[in-house]
Amino acid sequence: MKKSNLTLGTSVAAIALAAASLTPTVSAFADELVIESWRTDDLEIWESQIIPAFNKSHPDIKVRFAPSPPTEYNANMNAKLTAGTAGDLITCKPFDASLDLYNKGHLTKVDDLPGMENFSSVAKSAWQTDDGSTTFCLPMASVIHGFIYNKEAFKELGLEIPKTIPEFMAALEKIKEDGTYIPMSMGTADQWEAATMGFQNVGPNFWAGEKGRKGLIDGTEKLTDPQYVKVYEHLAEWGPYLGKGYKGQSYPDSQNLFSLGRAAIYPAGSWDISTFNGQADFEFGAFPPPVPAGQETCYISDHTDIGLGINAASKNVKAAETFLSWMASAEAGSIFSNALPGFYALSKHELTISDPVAQEFVSWRGKCESSIRNSYQILSRGTPNLENDLWNTSVGVINGSMTAEEAAKKAQDGLASWYKPQQ
Amino acid sequence: MALKNQRGSFLRTHVFVFLLPAALIYTLFMIIPLIDTVRYSFYDETTEGLTAFVGWDNYILILTDERWWTDFSNALKNNFIFFVIHMFVQNPIGLLLAALLSLPRLKMANSYRTLIFMPTMLSVVIIGFIWKLILSPLWGVGDTLVGFVGMTDGLPALLGEESTALITLSFISVWQFVGIPMMLIYAALLNVPDDLVDAAIVDGANQWTAFWRIKLPLILPTIAMVSVLTFVANFNAFDLIYAVKGALAGPNFETDIMGTMFYRTFFGYQLQPGSATLGATVASLMFLVILCGVMLYLFVIQRRLQRYQL
Repeated sequence: MKKSNLTLGTSVAAIALAAASLTPTVSAFADELVIESWRTDDLEIWESQIIPAFNKSHPDIKVRFAPSPPTEYNANMNAKLTAGTAGDLITCKPFDASLDLYNKGHLTKVDDLPGMENFSSVAKSAWQTDDGSTTFCLPMASVIHGFIYNKEAFKELGLEIPKTIPEFMAALEKIKEDGTYIPMSMGTADQWEAATMGFQNVGPNFWAGEKGRKGLIDGTEKLTDPQYVKVYEHLAEWGPYLGKGYKGQSYPDSQNLFSLGRAAIYPAGSWDISTFNGQADFEFGAFPPPVPAGQETCYISDHTDIGLGINAASKNVKAAETFLSWMASAEAGSIFSNALPGFYALSKHELTISDPVAQEFVSWRGKCESSIRNSYQILSRGTPNLENDLWNTSVGVINGSMTAEEAAKKAQDGLASWYKPQQ
Repeated sequence: MALKNQRGSFLRTHVFVFLLPAALIYTLFMIIPLIDTVRYSFYDETTEGLTAFVGWDNYILILTDERWWTDFSNALKNNFIFFVIHMFVQNPIGLLLAALLSLPRLKMANSYRTLIFMPTMLSVVIIGFIWKLILSPLWGVGDTLVGFVGMTDGLPALLGEESTALITLSFISVWQFVGIPMMLIYAALLNVPDDLVDAAIVDGANQWTAFWRIKLPLILPTIAMVSVLTFVANFNAFDLIYAVKGALAGPNFETDIMGTMFYRTFFGYQLQPGSATLGATVASLMFLVILCGVMLYLFVIQRRLQRYQL
């Protein structure tokens, strides 16, 4: 298999090289920067907003955004980088995919780049070596978790925005008693919803965000510790408040139930905002994951999703560095976050976003501590995979087929079976 | 005489030449990959991407490691249930439909045949999507339908409950593929000479006895072949489960079969990295299971089948 991979790789490379020698490619222009990306949807935004804004201050550097299909991005990038035909700037997937590119020498260090000081260590963690000593991509965008609610439904039922978990459960109970609305729109059929919108959404409040996430990585905390069992216990309480047949409800079903106005609360990722903007004809708002009773600090999942790095083989490293530094600026962050509601620039600058719900989500950065999904860094490298186990166990507790203790034990046993610090 | 001999050798060269492309393609795309898969299951990949010979280690891991064995035995068990449902629901229904279609006085037989065969020709993705919609507890038509027979609570989430998901998927697959045993058996029934049946009818048998005493014994070899095809197809199944439940085959792996387990192992899933060598091991084990089943059929069943020269 490896052998055939290799031959496939070389033949792709050979074809790419042949193509490169036949046609004068982008790299022939010494001063044009080419950005590789999987975000085909964003082409228009780059061409009409981001690049013109950059050219206002740097008219001498030509930039071209050249996206390729998302499903083939990783394979495509590997082949292009090996063959030396990749663009100057590479859009980075978080964690292992980009780390792999760095380890193979395809990405440069960006630690000393002017502008890097604008990013927190959480933001940079997705594009760092395991020990955190080297950063190889500029953090570009994140998605934030929370709850979106139907403002009209809340008004109708006289509900306040719940701040603590007991308040949250009381609100769900009240909506259920009234019976007009499904209390919460989430299904367990697709599995990832339960883990991403459930476990990773409310979890950081229990495991204290980065402290818990790092604790799992260095082995000082275990998934069977009370703070993790409590997340499962809380999720188990959700079951009765999800709609009828939630076990067969898929992610699009959940979105539709909410945007049709049939559900009052929707556990969300900020990327849902643009969907609801287009479909819901009622006013909706957002609130951060409620904290356990008596807890002062709140934690949110501000999950790093998109980064930007420099191709080590680029002929325009200087220009690429200038562009990256500009991307780290407040101006670029603001343009990017406004053009794509629900995707937030990761720099520490205050972001003002015109979309009110998107603005609400990002305002939590000021009030709460940011963290990322705890299974993404290092912990999902082995088999059984922690991320997959979290899907399975979150569904298990919500469906009531597993107890919180069983779920925690299953996830922990799986992790400990291959991850040394947890053994 | 000389002419005859010449003609014979001329024919033989032809046979060889005509067989060559098929043999070549089959060897290139089936036999070599198969052998290479088995070979690959004895290797291991290190993190740097190098491979090393590890002997039976991969097999020992899957068959003795607690988690791997739980996954593997669960997939095997589910696959067996999947097969049993096809064997004892799909094939008898196929036989029944074929018998009905071959009745001499049936009107519109061709339309029925086409209609029943239709789902088989649809893409599995479409089948999965349609049934997901029909059975959706939120907007599905199933809810209204069961309302007519007095189930006021509506349809339970058949595809979402651990206890019903696998059986529901099996029935969807039965619905889709029932056309294949029907067609094969129907073709065999058409081969039964009419005079045999006519003679029996003249002797006083009705259609029912004629079917059981004359037609069925004559088509038994076809039914046996259909059974083997069902076995092989079911243990290689993957697409329907993947289309409806994804590669994690939820809820809680209740719909996981060998095909989906192989997919997860080989290609990885979401954040899980794939392992080509362990995937090859799972694939080899699948091959072994299918091989055992087919051998069992060859040596135990097929030898006892009586064939009649018609």
